[in-house]
Amino acid sequence: MSDAGNLGFTPNEMMTIAASRALKNDDVCFVGIGAPSAACNVARLTHAPDITLIYESGTIGTAPDVLPLSIGDGELCETAVTTVAVPEMFRYWLQGGRISIGFLGAAQLDRFGNINTTVIGDYAHPKTRLPGGGGAPEIATSSKEVYITMAQSKRGMVEKIDFFTSFGHGEGGDHRKRLGIDTAGPTLLITDLAIWKPDPVTKEFTVVSLHPGVTREQVQATCGWVVRFAEALDETPAPTELELTTLRDLQARTKAAHEGTAKGKAA
Amino acid sequence: MVKFLPLKEAVAENLHDGDTAAFEGFTHLIPTAAAHEAIRQGFRDLTLIRMTPDLIYDQMIGMGMARKIIFSYVGNPGVGLLRRARDAIENGFPRAIEIEEHSHAGMANAYEAGAAGLPCAIFRGYRGAGLASVNPNIRSLTCPFSGEVLAAVPSIRPDVSFIHAQKADRKGNVLVEGIIGIQKEAVLAARRAVVTVEEVVDNFDDLHPNLTVLPSWTISAISVVPGGSHPSYAHGYYARDNAAYLEWDEVAADRDRFQAWMQKNVIEGSADDFAARVEHLRKAA
Repeated sequence: MSDAGNLGFTPNEMMTIAASRALKNDDVCFVGIGAPSAACNVARLTHAPDITLIYESGTIGTAPDVLPLSIGDGELCETAVTTVAVPEMFRYWLQGGRISIGFLGAAQLDRFGNINTTVIGDYAHPKTRLPGGGGAPEIATSSKEVYITMAQSKRGMVEKIDFFTSFGHGEGGDHRKRLGIDTAGPTLLITDLAIWKPDPVTKEFTVVSLHPGVTREQVQATCGWVVRFAEALDETPAPTELELTTLRDLQARTKAAHEGTAKGKAA
Repeated sequence: MVKFLPLKEAVAENLHDGDTAAFEGFTHLIPTAAAHEAIRQGFRDLTLIRMTPDLIYDQMIGMGMARKIIFSYVGNPGVGLLRRARDAIENGFPRAIEIEEHSHAGMANAYEAGAAGLPCAIFRGYRGAGLASVNPNIRSLTCPFSGEVLAAVPSIRPDVSFIHAQKADRKGNVLVEGIIGIQKEAVLAARRAVVTVEEVVDNFDDLHPNLTVLPSWTISAISVVPGGSHPSYAHGYYARDNAAYLEWDEVAADRDRFQAWMQKNVIEGSADDFAARVEHLRKAA
C-alpha cells in the first residue's frame, strides 16, 4: 500500500476495518458486494469468527478464502452452510425477518441514509445509467438494521439524491414508520474519514468519530451537505496489526485470484 | 417430450422473433452458448427477461436484438456497468429499448408466481423505493386478513426459458447444483424450456433424493455443450472466468471494438468453441 502515509494505513483500510468492527459474532449479515464484502470478511477473520454472512445468490453462512468478484462466485457456495434458491433467499430469509444487518454500499447517499445506485440524472433520460438496486430495495427495509459504507466525495454524498433506490430515513423523523416500514433502517455509516450515526429524532447522519488524523474540515470538504458533528466527538482507534494484516492478506489473495494468476486454485 | 438436439436446432425450434425470452442463471450457470446461438441466428424484437442481464444481454442488446428488457440489476457483477446496455438506454444505440425495472425480490417473486401458475406475486417490498413510481407494473394489494399493504407485480411467463445445467440423464431429466438461482422457476414458468448441459450420464440412480432435478417432461430440448456457461461457471466443472468479466468492461466500452469482438467470438464461432474456453478453468481432479 504505497499511499499508507505516516499513519501506516490508508483511509480506505481504516474504513473497511472500522466497518468490520461494527459487526458482532452473532450477527446474520446480508452482504452487499464491494466495500461491505471486504468489511464483513475481515470481521469473520478477526473478532467475529461465527458471524453468518449471506450473499443474495442464496449462499448462507459462507466463508470465502478470497473476496468474491460477484455475489455468486463459486467459492461462496463451496464454503456455505447451505445454498438456497433465490426466491427462497428473498422470501424466507430476508422478508422472513432473519437478517440482523443489511450491509450496503452506495453510489449516491443523502444525509438521511437514502441510497441511489440507479441513475444519475432523470430516470427516463439518464445522464448515467448505473446498475440499479438488485437486492438492495428490500435489504434496506427488511433487515433489522442497515449499515452503509462508502468513501466520501462531494459527488457521492449529496444534498439530494437523483433516485431513491433504497429507502433510508426518507425525509427524516418518522418517515419510515409512516410508510409502514417497521425496521430500524440505516443506523451506521462508515466512511473513509469518519463514523456517523443518525440523530435519534431527526435521523440525520451525524459524525460521532473521526478516524486518526482526520479533521472536521476534511469531512466537510468531501461532503455535499452541511455536516453535523456530535458534541462529544471520538477518535476511531487506529487499525491493529492483526486487522491490517488480515485485510491486506485478504486483498492480496483476492487480487491474485481475480486476475487469474492463481489458476488451478478454487475461485 | 424432451428432445436431445444440437444447440443450433434447439434454438431455432424454440425461439422466434418477437418472443418473450428468459436466459437465466444467477451469476452461476449462465447460458452463454445458447445466447450466442440466438445471436448467430439473428432474432429481432425480443423481450428479454433476466434478473442480472450480465454479459449475454449486453451482447444481445448491443447486437440490436432486444425491443424491451425486464431486469433487476443491469451491471457487470463486481466490475461495474454494462456498457452496451447503457448505450441503448442513454443514447438509443443501436436501437432504443423499453425497460421494465424491478428489484431482485420483485423478479424472484414474479418468477415463482409464474411457476405457480398465478397471475401476480405479492410480497413485502418496494417500500419507499423510487422504482414503484417509474414502473407501472409495481402496484399494491391489501391483505384481506391483516390489512397490510403489500407489493404486487405481474408473474413472469416467458414464451421460452434457456438455462444451463450440470448434467442430464439419458431420459432427459436435468440436474442443477450449486447456486441454483432462479433456474427451476424460470423453466416451470415458461411455455418452452431449452437446457444446455455439461454432460449426459446414464442415470441419476445414485443422487441424493432432495437435489434439484427438473423432470424430462418439463423440458423441450436439451443440448450438450461442455463449457456452455463460460465466462460464468459450472459448479463441479470449471471456475468463473473473472478475468473475462474484467476484460468485457473494455470490450464493451467501444462500439467498434464490441462489433469486432462479436464477429470473431460469436458470429464466426459455434457451440463447439466453449469446451476449449474453460479448459484452463477446470480444477485439477
